[in-house]
Amino acid sequence: MSTTTVGGPRNTAADRTKRWYRARRSLQGVSFVLPNFLGFGLLTLGPVVALFYISFTNWNVFGKAKWIGLDNFTRLLGDASFHRALLNTLYYSAFHIPLTLALSLGLALLLNRKLRGVQFFRTAAFFPYVTSIVAIAIAWNLLFSRDAGPINQILGLFGVDDPPGWTASSTWAMPAVIIVGVWREMGYYMLLFLAGLQTVPPELHEAARIDGANAWQRFRNVTLPCLRPTTFFVTVMLTIGSFKVFDLILVMTNGGPGQSTLVLSQYIYQKGLVENRFGYASAISVVLFALCMLVTVVQFAVNRRRNA
Amino acid sequence: MAAPHTLPALAEPGTVGAGPAEPSDRRGTRFAAPGRILGYAVLVVAAAGLLLPFFWMVSSSLKTDNAVFSIPVTWFPDSPQWANYVEIWRISDMLVWLKNTVFLSVVVTALQLFTGSFAAYGFAKARFPGRNLLFLVYIGTIAVPWQAYMIPQFIMMSEVGLTNTPWAVIALQAFSAFGVFLMRQYYMTIPDELCEAARVDGLSEYGIYFRIMLPLSVPALASLALLTFVTTWNDYLGPLIYLRDPDLWTIQLGLKSFVSEYSAEHALIMTGSVLSVVPIAVVFLLGQKYFVQGVATSGLKG
Repeated sequence: MSTTTVGGPRNTAADRTKRWYRARRSLQGVSFVLPNFLGFGLLTLGPVVALFYISFTNWNVFGKAKWIGLDNFTRLLGDASFHRALLNTLYYSAFHIPLTLALSLGLALLLNRKLRGVQFFRTAAFFPYVTSIVAIAIAWNLLFSRDAGPINQILGLFGVDDPPGWTASSTWAMPAVIIVGVWREMGYYMLLFLAGLQTVPPELHEAARIDGANAWQRFRNVTLPCLRPTTFFVTVMLTIGSFKVFDLILVMTNGGPGQSTLVLSQYIYQKGLVENRFGYASAISVVLFALCMLVTVVQFAVNRRRNA
Repeated sequence: MAAPHTLPALAEPGTVGAGPAEPSDRRGTRFAAPGRILGYAVLVVAAAGLLLPFFWMVSSSLKTDNAVFSIPVTWFPDSPQWANYVEIWRISDMLVWLKNTVFLSVVVTALQLFTGSFAAYGFAKARFPGRNLLFLVYIGTIAVPWQAYMIPQFIMMSEVGLTNTPWAVIALQAFSAFGVFLMRQYYMTIPDELCEAARVDGLSEYGIYFRIMLPLSVPALASLALLTFVTTWNDYLGPLIYLRDPDLWTIQLGLKSFVSEYSAEHALIMTGSVLSVVPIAVVFLLGQKYFVQGVATSGLKG
């Protein structure tokens, strides 16, 4: 690319050919991206931009969109259901993120050893992630049945006399959903951690061992620091995944009992696609969007400072 | 950033970078036996926890409705009710749902493979102004949850009259940024010299894509195909929002409505659930290797 005609005057024939060649390459490059970009721009970028505009209007399915400024957002401040949805989303995230992180890392460490049956286990762990949420939610709902459900029967074996009502109880519905969420996703993040563990140089462990570090010290001072890029990526993905949790809840509890498992995404769905209040639903979407951006940016900043 | 020429496949555990707990000296060996036993114990418990729900699902699908919630739990029904697997086809529109789902999954996967790998070539090997910025935008939207922009998208689709047609769901799924990202990560590991050599030999950019890149990226294409197929098959929200007409329902929507309609027939509900999972289980078991590689690649930062 960097060959220039030494000492030649500008605008020689060679120069023109080169410019023509470069323009043609650019055009070809664009043509590669274009088919996907048309779909992507129209169906993803467009809606993301439109979202902000709609959130400042009172658009619903019948009327025309009228600009109402911050009205939707001020109404959100006083909307008890919205507060509930926001708190529930944070509740879900506060347990789902650390539990999944710890379990998937633990499983990955375990699988990263020479044990028989590791391959079978890897398959088993990943399987819940590829099965449909509907089938999983239906099966778990039955497993969680209050009176004769297998889970409460197993709890009974351990001497729990008064087992929780799980999805039928407003206190236990959220823990039930969290359990299923963790169960479903830990295999996926385990695979990411396993891939990360392959990049930890064995020499470092060897050296640490020779220096007399025990297993815990080696984990703290060798494995964890080497895994940092993976941990960072997993945390970001997990956080966004938790904030947007929706289909699992929709099928398992439909937000109930009462509003005990109502989450942000579901509230957006309810306001926007059931009640057709597009403007108001978009305002809630903006909040969800902002939350996801905020944690991503914060995590990037923290990660950068640690790396520095 | 990724240097290796092939997909960063997960090496067999223990062969490369033997784990932190791998005993290699005498001091380690002393602890090896108990550690190993503990390891197996944890593996067995975890595997049981992961698989028991599926096992229960299958075993319940072969019970009578009353036997599903027996006390104590029956894991192996005494007389398996194979008739459940005949009955379900009769009382539900399972066949229609499966047909719709297969159609959606195949079309979405085909579109995603083509547009995704094509665009990925543009981002990885071609040069045009604004390329890196545009790629950044692509990556950025991976962090934006779909739930945040489903409302404007829905308004748009209804404006052009696509709601209540399968095309809405296809359009929704077929152009994901994830596919572009996955393929681009793979193309980055193929040396530029290869393309350069082909250019010198007079191959056009399209020729390079079709004759060199596509054949070389079969493993990545397989990963993307499997991940897309499974995602589309399992998708509940897209069809829920766009497919109102029962004739258009996918297996997920059908199953959900079946559950509400026959809420007391626990065994049949489980039969339906098993049937909805079986195709995915087969695809997953056959293509396991590519799933794992696809996930591992998407986790690597480029």
